[in-house]
Amino acid sequence: MRLLRYIAGRLVVYLLVIVFGLTILFFVPRLGPTDPVEAMLAKVAAQGAYMDASQVDRLRESLADTFGLNGTLLEQYWAFIKRILLTGDFGPSLSMYPTPVMELILNALPWTFGLLLTSTLIAWVLGNFVGLLAGWRPESNAAKAMEGVAIFLYPIPYYILALVLSILFSYVWQIFPLTTTIRGAPWSWDLISSIVWNSILPAASIVIVVFGWWVISVKAQTSQLKDEEFIRYARLKGLSQTRILTRYVLPNAILPQITFLALQIGLMFNGSLITEILFDYPGLGLLIYTAVLQGDFNLLMGTISLSVIAVATATMVIDLIYPLIDPRIRHR
Amino acid sequence: MQRITSMFHNAPFRLYLGILLLVLCVILGFILPWFAPDNPLTWYTAPRNQESSLVYPLGTTSLGQDIFWLLTWALRNSLILGLAVAFFSTLIGVFLGLAAGYAGGILDRFLSFCMDALLCVPSLPILILLAALFGGQLSLPVIGVALVIFNWPYPARQVRAVALSMREREFINVAWFSGESGVRILVRHIFPYIAGWSAANFINTVLVGVTTESALAVIGLSSATQATLGTMIYWAIEYQALLAERYVWIGSPVVAVLLLFIGLFLVSSGLTMQSAARRLGL
Repeated sequence: MRLLRYIAGRLVVYLLVIVFGLTILFFVPRLGPTDPVEAMLAKVAAQGAYMDASQVDRLRESLADTFGLNGTLLEQYWAFIKRILLTGDFGPSLSMYPTPVMELILNALPWTFGLLLTSTLIAWVLGNFVGLLAGWRPESNAAKAMEGVAIFLYPIPYYILALVLSILFSYVWQIFPLTTTIRGAPWSWDLISSIVWNSILPAASIVIVVFGWWVISVKAQTSQLKDEEFIRYARLKGLSQTRILTRYVLPNAILPQITFLALQIGLMFNGSLITEILFDYPGLGLLIYTAVLQGDFNLLMGTISLSVIAVATATMVIDLIYPLIDPRIRHR
Repeated sequence: MQRITSMFHNAPFRLYLGILLLVLCVILGFILPWFAPDNPLTWYTAPRNQESSLVYPLGTTSLGQDIFWLLTWALRNSLILGLAVAFFSTLIGVFLGLAAGYAGGILDRFLSFCMDALLCVPSLPILILLAALFGGQLSLPVIGVALVIFNWPYPARQVRAVALSMREREFINVAWFSGESGVRILVRHIFPYIAGWSAANFINTVLVGVTTESALAVIGLSSATQATLGTMIYWAIEYQALLAERYVWIGSPVVAVLLLFIGLFLVSSGLTMQSAARRLGL
């Protein structure tokens, strides 16, 4: 019952957060010094497309509709929220007319999602493993060396690491491809190996940073837990080291990490956007970038609205996983 | 004085190393720019494509800019932006956090929701949208204001939690009933509890500020008229420094970012350890 109430509460907050984020998105174009519609029209004109007056008028109308500029502010707001939340309709892409924006986003999402999820999981497993061992024997040289490495890796921004990795492994030693080109028939080995091969560098730039944080944090937790009574009890019971580490220390050490992950998911998402752009990785980040370069405001509003929704969803999912890991929330 | 020196004796090694790196960055970014021979942003003030030499310590760009002096200016602008963002975020965060923690009720609910919701909204996409609407580039002050809006919730959450726990403490009641003013209680009794943590948070916000601006700059959406660490990287990529194997050109801002960030992180984690140790010692 408590669990149900927890889940219901989280879902309400989730919806409110999305509405909050979309509200920001709604007001941002109204803050700009220029009328977004006119700016967009100027951009289209600058690209050399010839349009007669009636076409311009029609485009202006459809753009005003995109930005939700018709009617009073309250009507505009309501139409904007309704359009995104209920229909998920962002209109057609202007640079890849008439492909719907939603279709482009749906093609890009699995890439971003796959990249972030895989690299976070790899970093999680490695980081927990190394952090646990380092925290269990904090005086050993290996532990100190590992912590030292982690401290130097963690503060590095993703895109700097992405840049360094691509300079080293694509320019200096030409091992990995510089930009992403996926080849192969659907569902073939060629395709899978091509995806993996092209994802190694972008993933590595995320894995290394997250790994650094995980080691630092798990080590600090573990070396504190080591002296707790219940750990001493387990040791006196004669349990094996592995069992103590995996069943007694680990579940307690990872709790703060989950909270941290929920707080950091937005920053991690920011990082993955830049990584994708630098590696030409066909995810949401590259799509946002394309939208900016092409002045495709339908695509831009769509991708950015979806970024807000995706991050809010990820945070909610982590919050919902929390009671599965921390029984205290379930039984309180 | 004795206290300060003893603090430094007990300070962890990482704090020293961090301070050393930061001092290096401050010298490079705040003192050296005054000695720049002329505006390093101007094209063709130096011969083009020079390798490192005594006259041009880091060589010159293909636009005839002296990389060393360009780097000092870039570091200065990035540092000023980071510090300004951290200052205003902390100021607003501490104020609203205290307000939420003390007032309670509807105001607390409203502010807490805003904090939690803002943490869930990714800042970079919103900045990209702003940049696109501002005609492809954002000036540094606009980026700064946007970053403050996204970063005040971190200190605010923490301060709110401290304020909530403080409200129930005995010694606050004692101070209150012995007639001390609210401001004095805040400054003398509560501030020491959040000072160490606030310092660490301040540094983290500098880090986030510099990172986000450079991230925006690396994809060419930050100011084109000001040098920052990010725009330096952007220009180097844009003018094919990599294909020309001019690794010093692109490498120097990257190394500067690394040194700055590692320094900031070492100081912030050193401070956290320090204040944790002191709390235990009490």
